[in-house]
Amino acid sequence: MAAPALIQGPTTPAELLLRDVHVLDPRADLDARHDVLVRDGAIVELGEPGAIEGLDGIELVEGKGRHLLPAFVDPHVHLRTPGQEHKEDLETGTRAAAAGGFGAVIAMPNTDPVIDSAPLLGSLRDAAAREARVPVGFLAAITRGLEGKELTEMAELREQGALGFTDDGRPVSSAGMLRKALRYQRLCGGVISLHEEDPTLSHGGSMREGAVSAALGIGGIPTVSESTMVARDTELAMYEQARVHFQHLSCAASVQTVAHARGSGGRVSAEVTPHHLLLTDESVRGLDTRMKMNPPLAGETDRQALIAGLRDGTIDCVATDHAPHAREEKEVPFEQAPMGTTGLETAFAALYTGLVMTGELALGLLVRRMTAGAALFELPTPTIATGETANLTLVDLDAEFLAGERGWESRSENCCFAGRRLHGRVLLTLAAGAIVYRERVFSVVAA
Amino acid sequence: MNHLLSIEDLDRQAIERIVAQAARFAEVSDREIKKVPALRGRMVLNLFYEASTRTRSSFELAAKRLSADVVNFAVSGSSVEKGESLKDTILTLSAHKPDAIVLRTPWAGAAELVSRWCSAAIVNAGDGKHEHPTQALLDVYTLRERLGGIDGCSIWIVGDVAHSRVARSNIIAFQRMGARVTVAGPPTLIPREIDALGCEVRYTLDELPTADVVYALRMQRERMNETSWVPSLREYASWYQINGRRLSPRQVLMHPGPVNRGVELSGEVVDSPQAVIAQQVQAGVVVRMAVLYELLSGAHVPRPVPEPQLA
Repeated sequence: MAAPALIQGPTTPAELLLRDVHVLDPRADLDARHDVLVRDGAIVELGEPGAIEGLDGIELVEGKGRHLLPAFVDPHVHLRTPGQEHKEDLETGTRAAAAGGFGAVIAMPNTDPVIDSAPLLGSLRDAAAREARVPVGFLAAITRGLEGKELTEMAELREQGALGFTDDGRPVSSAGMLRKALRYQRLCGGVISLHEEDPTLSHGGSMREGAVSAALGIGGIPTVSESTMVARDTELAMYEQARVHFQHLSCAASVQTVAHARGSGGRVSAEVTPHHLLLTDESVRGLDTRMKMNPPLAGETDRQALIAGLRDGTIDCVATDHAPHAREEKEVPFEQAPMGTTGLETAFAALYTGLVMTGELALGLLVRRMTAGAALFELPTPTIATGETANLTLVDLDAEFLAGERGWESRSENCCFAGRRLHGRVLLTLAAGAIVYRERVFSVVAA
Repeated sequence: MNHLLSIEDLDRQAIERIVAQAARFAEVSDREIKKVPALRGRMVLNLFYEASTRTRSSFELAAKRLSADVVNFAVSGSSVEKGESLKDTILTLSAHKPDAIVLRTPWAGAAELVSRWCSAAIVNAGDGKHEHPTQALLDVYTLRERLGGIDGCSIWIVGDVAHSRVARSNIIAFQRMGARVTVAGPPTLIPREIDALGCEVRYTLDELPTADVVYALRMQRERMNETSWVPSLREYASWYQINGRRLSPRQVLMHPGPVNRGVELSGEVVDSPQAVIAQQVQAGVVVRMAVLYELLSGAHVPRPVPEPQLA
């Protein structure tokens, strides 16, 4: 692949000593207190707590009681550039990512215009090289204009740095068209990432079909809208021995299909969002438009299946599907509102509060699942080890806050967790060796 | 009571209070001068985003009989067609300081949303396929006039339940008043898990004779065209039409109007003594008088606009 996979704006390599932090990186088998020294953007030393001497010109961060984790990787965000900068842009979106502890994100191509040609991708990457606070990778469209009719120039897009392909926001409705893309993948490589929905089943729906949609009189989207497409495309992928990734799974049947495919040697992977792990269609009763997303929030049985799938590894990773929308777009009746919730700034705290503190998921496993998106897209996984580039997130697990109480880094505020009491505040984020986020009231003491 | 947004918000006692007040207003309607000065100087604004002659005129008549001033804001030909959002329309109209806004929209939850944007009392006159609470109240009133009470009654709601706000409000209201509710219709037009509202579900009319009250819903011809909810109106009528063969003399027949004669109801039953369809229309005015009176009478204290939420 000719172009680098991830693009970031100009940064200054960090010079930092994190003193007496609880380092937790399950992949590196680290779960203990250490001093961590970062020089010129790389981790140069891991020592016993208090063992590493402070040096002139090196910022000292007292880490006692705090946890240092590998920075998270989000394989599914919408940065809305080009064309919808009133919702988000490369700068605000990556600032939100940094504030959520993410060290890399992968942006979706359903912008205006759609990223379906190499020149468009090239100019977007140029913009990212000026504006992106954390490294960004890009997926390109599978079909021109996301119309499902003609393949994009996938090979040229790959040369221009596309990590893979997706028509996210829409399914590839035609099995024949998707099969062509899967075959063409043998030439160009790149993950084919699928938004699974059968529009003939989801048509007219604004939420999950069930008791709540029946009571509200709102058109329901049945789970089979997703699960039948997951089943179809699993079959196609296995037949073509193709590499596919299923986006934002939302129901038990999809999880089962993915588990079966894995068991049969299929090269499939899957993601799940914090909102599908933590909320159900009961949250839609108040018709708060922040609770409207695609796929819609499911029932409790499906939610439990998603948690189980994330725990046992059927679902590889967490992805936020960060989908910002402007206030005036969301401040309308539920059925008129666009689908999507922001998620970058709340993902870790929401999952820590909702799954780790309740004992449903171990913290180490959550960290794994929030970093696993990198490897799925052939990117290096952030790791805490001597010699590694510093991709780090410092969190205070005890810090309690109301989501959104200090506003948002994102340009949009349509967060489904807004106003919830969360634990686990991100204090500091290092991405690709640079400090990209500092909590505003976090005090640092120069050595 | 600050608003009437959903029948869910009314307990049995509140429903009975409104129905009793409606009965008192019914006497006014029989007088030569059909007007009382109860809401003199108050302003009621009718804001209708959907075509409606019946409900709107019923509210208008109710407000006028209470001596309130009425402004009808029709959406066609208005700023809404120029792209004004619901919120801006509400903020603009609020500048006229209406005491109540009667709102009909094609969107579920719109009335509740609007109640957060202005200080007027909001009356939900239909929000999408969600609710139509004044219809439920007038139906309870009509049945009480006819039957005395509906405790223990079996009420069948027949037809296109999926697209009916009337069905949803009535399932709740009838049960709250002690009736047992069964919904029946083509499987494609009965929402999955509607029984979570406490009603029974049937796909045929075989057990219709057990009903005390038959409530037929309007079968919208528009539904037939592109989406094929039922194969044809002919087949619908043969399976679900309430006709002389299916309706027994002891049963009461209701319909929210407008009726499609020959589709959901045969002409003979519309004209039969079992039908209380005209009484429902009369009840509409007195019940809406009672609702407006409940919301607007008493000391005129402007409601504070609720604090904007974190969002």
